[in-house]
Amino acid sequence: MNRRQLLSTAAAATAITALPRLAFAQAKPKIGFIYVGPINDGGWSQHHHEAATKMKEHFGDAVEMVYQESVPEGADAERAITQMALTGCSLIFTTSFGFMDATLNVAKKFPKVKFEHATGYKTAENMAVYNARFYEGRAVCGHIAGKMTKTNKIGYLASFPIPEVIMGINSTFIHAKKANPDVTISVVWLSTWFDPAKEADGTQALLDQGVDVVLAHTDSTAPLATLQKAGAYGFGQAADMIDYAPKPRLSSIIDNWAPYYIERVQAVIDNSWATANNWYGIKEGMVGIGEFSSEIPEEVRAEAAKLEQDIVSGAYHPFTGPLKKQDGSDFLAEGEVVDDGTLAGMSFYVEGITDKIPS
Amino acid sequence: MIRLERRPQPSRGWVIATPVLAVIATMIAGGLLFAVLGKNPVEAIRTIFWDPLFGDYASYSRPQLLVKAGPLILIAIGLSFGFRAQIWNIGAEGQYMVGALAGAAVGLAAYPTESPLIFPAMVVAGALGGFVWAMIPALLKIRFGTSEILVSLMLVYVAQQLLSAAAFGFLRNPEGMGFPGSRNFGDYPAAHNPELVAGTGLHWGGIAAVLAVIVAQVVFSRFLFGFQIRVAGEAPRAARFAGVRPGAMTLACLGISGALAGLAGIFEVTGPSGQITTEFASGYGFTAIIVAFLGRLNPVGILLAGLLMALTYIGGEIAQLMLSLPSAAIQAFQGMLLFFLLAFDVLANFRVRLGRKVAA
Amino acid sequence: MIIDPVLLTVSLVVAATPILLAAIGELVVERAGVLNLGVEGMMIVGAITGFATAVQTGSPVLGFVAAAAGGAALSLVFAGLTQGLLSNQVATGLALTLFGIGFSALIGQSYSGVRPPSIGGPLFGPLAGLPVIGPVLFGYDWVVYLALLLVLGTGLFLARTRAGLILRAVGENAEAAHALGYPVVRVRTLAIAFGGACAGLGGGYLSLVRVPQWTDGMTAGAGWIALAIVVFASWRPGRALFGAWLFGGISVLQLRLQAAGIAIPAQYLAMAPYLATILALVILSWKGGRGLAPAALGKPFHAAR
Repeated sequence: MNRRQLLSTAAAATAITALPRLAFAQAKPKIGFIYVGPINDGGWSQHHHEAATKMKEHFGDAVEMVYQESVPEGADAERAITQMALTGCSLIFTTSFGFMDATLNVAKKFPKVKFEHATGYKTAENMAVYNARFYEGRAVCGHIAGKMTKTNKIGYLASFPIPEVIMGINSTFIHAKKANPDVTISVVWLSTWFDPAKEADGTQALLDQGVDVVLAHTDSTAPLATLQKAGAYGFGQAADMIDYAPKPRLSSIIDNWAPYYIERVQAVIDNSWATANNWYGIKEGMVGIGEFSSEIPEEVRAEAAKLEQDIVSGAYHPFTGPLKKQDGSDFLAEGEVVDDGTLAGMSFYVEGITDKIPS
Repeated sequence: MIRLERRPQPSRGWVIATPVLAVIATMIAGGLLFAVLGKNPVEAIRTIFWDPLFGDYASYSRPQLLVKAGPLILIAIGLSFGFRAQIWNIGAEGQYMVGALAGAAVGLAAYPTESPLIFPAMVVAGALGGFVWAMIPALLKIRFGTSEILVSLMLVYVAQQLLSAAAFGFLRNPEGMGFPGSRNFGDYPAAHNPELVAGTGLHWGGIAAVLAVIVAQVVFSRFLFGFQIRVAGEAPRAARFAGVRPGAMTLACLGISGALAGLAGIFEVTGPSGQITTEFASGYGFTAIIVAFLGRLNPVGILLAGLLMALTYIGGEIAQLMLSLPSAAIQAFQGMLLFFLLAFDVLANFRVRLGRKVAA
Repeated sequence: MIIDPVLLTVSLVVAATPILLAAIGELVVERAGVLNLGVEGMMIVGAITGFATAVQTGSPVLGFVAAAAGGAALSLVFAGLTQGLLSNQVATGLALTLFGIGFSALIGQSYSGVRPPSIGGPLFGPLAGLPVIGPVLFGYDWVVYLALLLVLGTGLFLARTRAGLILRAVGENAEAAHALGYPVVRVRTLAIAFGGACAGLGGGYLSLVRVPQWTDGMTAGAGWIALAIVVFASWRPGRALFGAWLFGGISVLQLRLQAAGIAIPAQYLAMAPYLATILALVILSWKGGRGLAPAALGKPFHAAR
């Protein structure tokens, strides 16, 4: 049996059952969200849900919002997305990389429904991808870290060696080093996006090595709690974590998906939605920088603010040459700016980082 | 006071009635739980049990029941061999993962060759992988007397790390833009495990599950081996007199459950799941233990129990979507189902007597 | 860069405490002849009841009391089913874990991201400042010392007291103990409750001290590790302490090696504690044979008269 026959039969079957619902749906769009974790996980999924809720508040009764939490990747994801499409959703956001193939499969079966996949790279006519330029936020935080460290050792809690994380480490280090030429960075790979116990352990391991400023790519408040006990510094991740200001939290990188969700839902309402590869940063409001703590000296705060402004205005790109790769080969020439494609596939460290990326 | 008196034979009537009673009790207790959470209990129970079968979108969710139940039934049948003989394989989840890895490795090594031999080779590799992983606790038990419960369980964690190492390293998709995860088998027709009849959710795993039920039923009722297993579990010393060698029994039972779990793994990774990722394993190996008990270690019972469990999963997902029921509530609900079943089980094995004990 | 052994030891002891607490509880349960696989469920229920109580009352001590109570309450469900209704211990334990994880996630919904009241610094404050022996011997919070006391107490109880002897007798041969007039079901139920309370304490330590935070599924397999430690320790409390340290040590070593810049593939290092447990299980079974396990472990007891 060939795929096309299979797909068309399935599509026909589902189209017939879905038809009455779809016709109704044009009147009041139903927006669906698929989360990989629980909505109160205090991290990634919670922020997506908060943004989804803000979107619903913005549009009020003009849209309907449904969601499903703790959806495992794989067959279960495909079923969850299909069910959302069957029940009449016109736009579905799938908020984890691991949902990529499942989203694509369902997108093929439901050509009239629109899909938005977070942090992926496969698109279709009715499937867009979106991501945030977190490396812009890391540039600002990296600068602050470089200036605030007294031991010249900063630490990074990393999750998995994928391009997004590697570019975050690189961006942090490039700007810490510009601020403080003597700085070194230690990276700990936790093999998880969210695990408070491991994050606390990882932070302690870094502190034991003499690190006094820690940045994290993992989402819980555990690192800050550990840093507070030790009297060291850190940054909020994904959320402002303002409870931990002014010490240890110097600033934070905030995931702000709400403006994007509002924009895309509006496009569906206006019938102007088109597939895209949207990679938004501080300028578009997707990445927020948390308020600078009073612990940061006045001139450093001014420098960081200027860096942020330059990124927003486009005057400066965090990955601007001259830069070399860790193995010594050339990466960017003087004044050259990296292109999005290279960034999206980044699998090497920049010069100056002594650790190796786990293979 | 209430006394329990063991029945010489489990009562046939109660054996059939207890699962039904347990389901009804769970519906009531679950309904109460949902009411406490602020949801309409009747609507919630209906969404979980009725809607997937007969609701608005049942034409989609009914086949999904088979997709979800297939691996559960396949693994549970394998486990039932061991459990009947009091050999506790708790590590089916690990055998499932290793089976998937072994089969996937074979398939990816052959990429992009197209040949009708590739899929069968992958299936054999999958069964072999699960078998080998189960042989570790088996051989350690035979040789050193170590607990198969703990060894097989520890190996689940080891297998999880192997899976992660594969997804990030040796099985990673070279064209995957640096992201973890193997190639998607949906893009590789020779290795794909597609839906065999459109709209039924039946893939090779589902067929394997049904075959396993039939074979197990035949073995247990007509073959000496089936009898030996039962005796080994209920009266080990008598079994030894009957010529059953405990070592051979351990090898056979763990081997069968390992192979079937490995099969479930390879069918799942080449079919509904599609690729090797760190999150590939979704707990089927542990849920299958519950299915085996729910089905009272009987092949037909396991078939029904697997479908029931799948119903609670799929129904639970619909309840989440339609009623915003938290996913944790479904897990608690499934735990309750098992509690009630275990509690009502006493009626099948014991007679309840009221009144004082009489001196003999 | 090398790893400081003092700092490593301190973090090792802290990491070992939750699994030590759960293990010592399960050890008593298994010595009484009952196999309770629901340790993970009891730990996580203890984690959330302890956390919720501490947050609501502002007192971490009350939190720990509640954690123990929560674990014990769940274990009584297990006791009711296995001792009263004679259900299969393996299946009941697994059901306990499944239910416990779901139930705790339900209660925990409104507590994610909340900060619990702090448990305070090292118990022996000033002494902790001494070089080397300061942090290693005196630098811990009171729960760590409580765990050590429990290990000592359990050892003495099992070996030196009459009640401990009765418990061990019940674990070796329940029918004979019953014939001698000992209340088998009551002894086992008390043991199960103790095991539940200890597992709850262990879970509470995770959510109130170690992290400190509440998250769904935060025990992440600690309960299963505690089960392995009981066997690794050949059901002897002193060895359980060693086992917990070993396990805690390997898991913290992994992160420290990374922080020190020593590149070891993370996944293979993460496997190490589990492989070490299997190895230990093999060595112990080889040397001691199966005679080390309580003879009646896992068998349901039903008074024939």
